[in-house]
Amino acid sequence: MSEPLLALRGLNAWYGEGHALHGVDLDVFPGETVTLLGRNGVGKTTTLRAIMGLIRKRTGTTTFGGRDLMHMPLHHVARAGLGFVPEERGIFSTLSVDENLNLPPVVAPGGMSLDEIFTLFPNLKTRRNSQGTKLSGGEQQMLAMARMLRTGVKMLLLDEPTEGLAPVIVQRIGEVLAELKARGMTILLVEQNFRFARRIADRFYLMEHGKITASFPVGELDQRMALLGEVLGV
Amino acid sequence: MIFGIPLQAFLGQLLVGLINGSFYAMLSLGLAVIFGMLKIINFAHGAQYMFGAFVGFLLLQWLNIGYWPALVLAPLVVGVVGMVVERTMLSRLYSLDPLYGLLFTFGLALVIEGVFRYCYGVSGQPYAAPDALSGGTNLGFMFLPNYRGWVVVSSLVVCLGTWLAIEKTKLGAYLRAATENPKLVQAFGVNVPVLLTLTYGLGSALAGLAGILAAPVYQVSPLMGSDLIIVVFAVVVVGGMGSILGAVITGYVLGLAEGLTKVFYPEASNIVVFVIMAIVLLVRPAGLFGKDA
Ligand SMILES: Nc1ncnc2c1ncn2[C@@H]1O[C@H](COP(=O)(O)OP(=O)(O)OP(=O)(O)O)[C@@H](O)[C@H]1O
Ligand SMILES: [Mg+2]
Repeated sequence: MSEPLLALRGLNAWYGEGHALHGVDLDVFPGETVTLLGRNGVGKTTTLRAIMGLIRKRTGTTTFGGRDLMHMPLHHVARAGLGFVPEERGIFSTLSVDENLNLPPVVAPGGMSLDEIFTLFPNLKTRRNSQGTKLSGGEQQMLAMARMLRTGVKMLLLDEPTEGLAPVIVQRIGEVLAELKARGMTILLVEQNFRFARRIADRFYLMEHGKITASFPVGELDQRMALLGEVLGV
Repeated sequence: MIFGIPLQAFLGQLLVGLINGSFYAMLSLGLAVIFGMLKIINFAHGAQYMFGAFVGFLLLQWLNIGYWPALVLAPLVVGVVGMVVERTMLSRLYSLDPLYGLLFTFGLALVIEGVFRYCYGVSGQPYAAPDALSGGTNLGFMFLPNYRGWVVVSSLVVCLGTWLAIEKTKLGAYLRAATENPKLVQAFGVNVPVLLTLTYGLGSALAGLAGILAAPVYQVSPLMGSDLIIVVFAVVVVGGMGSILGAVITGYVLGLAEGLTKVFYPEASNIVVFVIMAIVLLVRPAGLFGKDA
């Protein structure tokens, strides 16, 4: 097997004195889509924030393409090829849709052109001049994803992109992710909705209380249903 | 005659108000830009304004460099010194309570003013307007000293230009985004620490530019900044922290309000800005253009 693109070993993270991650081990291989499942508050968002370096109080090792992320300044992580789509979407209210879309600097060649992005997200094209936060929740989610696709990042970290959205929009986001996957994008997806995730994920990690407690390929999802139902409370 | 006041006197005071308003606008603009990004109230702003005027004065004294080159060099020097201060000292305080930044810039103001007071005393030094702008123009309804007209026009251009740069350019978009959520902008790969340095440099340079523009109007003195900055802080309170356009508009309006008060009730002209500030604080504590109002 090839080397993992993203590798976490014994990752611990703290909010002040609050110990949120207790030794997370996780791999994502090039071109893979991996889904991180877990109940509210188990540390999924914290994992993504610790990978990006948005949380600085952390120990363990995190490598991306063989490069150490732990000692990298925050603004070098995106340049290394990691694109972050946060749970709260992070659309800027003082920027137009166009400005939001063009904000993240291009870090490598091979990103999508604006035309390709507007083919994928036609809504954004018609709302180009609107204030970013005037978009609907679904459109803001698409904008948050779209702006990372321009930049040429090799891997996306997506935090619950379907949370609180209508089924047709969830469907659309699923199609977009499938399209990205087909283009060879590596994806780490945080989701509580594993019925959505199973359509695109290659592998799953299950997180409980800041630790990974199970890991399995998508083919084993059905036989794990009982466990998942119990752990996720669905 | 207007309300029993001779038109000449009325327009004359309005012009004085507009001149003062031009400086209030430029200075509160710089304060608003710095506060938006750094979340620090730059108490050194008045000292930086004074420093700008002194750079012009000293360039002339020591090197015989005149007004026009000084108009570029003064903001440049003040801006670069500002950037060095931000990089070496101010940036160390970002992780602490904003109060530390305020205290630091307050101390910095005392140091800068103390140095100039030690060297030049408290009396003002004259600084002549350039020949091209000496004299005046008869507008028919009033006599306009050319240099004052120049101050009003340059201030308008600078304020409008800064506003456009922030609203319409890519760098401005970085600035606005980083004002909202600096961590996320940095996680996108933007070097936000450098952006902060540039912002402090820009705000300081605006103060320096106001200083060199003011030199021929008010004379150059170590105290010129501390006299003005109190009023400018009141302007910022009235306009609301963090609104660029609000800071500029409020600056001009309060300058004019001061001028008008001189016409109708001269005794109150020094306090009218503070009266307005008190009223605004009662009615709209976040300021006229403030976000939480
Ligand atoms: N900013 C913060 N300060 C302090 N504690 C925090 C902060 N953010 C999260 N936590 C705590 O860290 C733990 C993990 O939170 P995290 O946001 O990573 O969970 P999550 O798995 O993403 O949950 P959700 O599904 O609700 O998004 C929780 O106990 C939470 O209370
Ligand atoms: Mg979360």
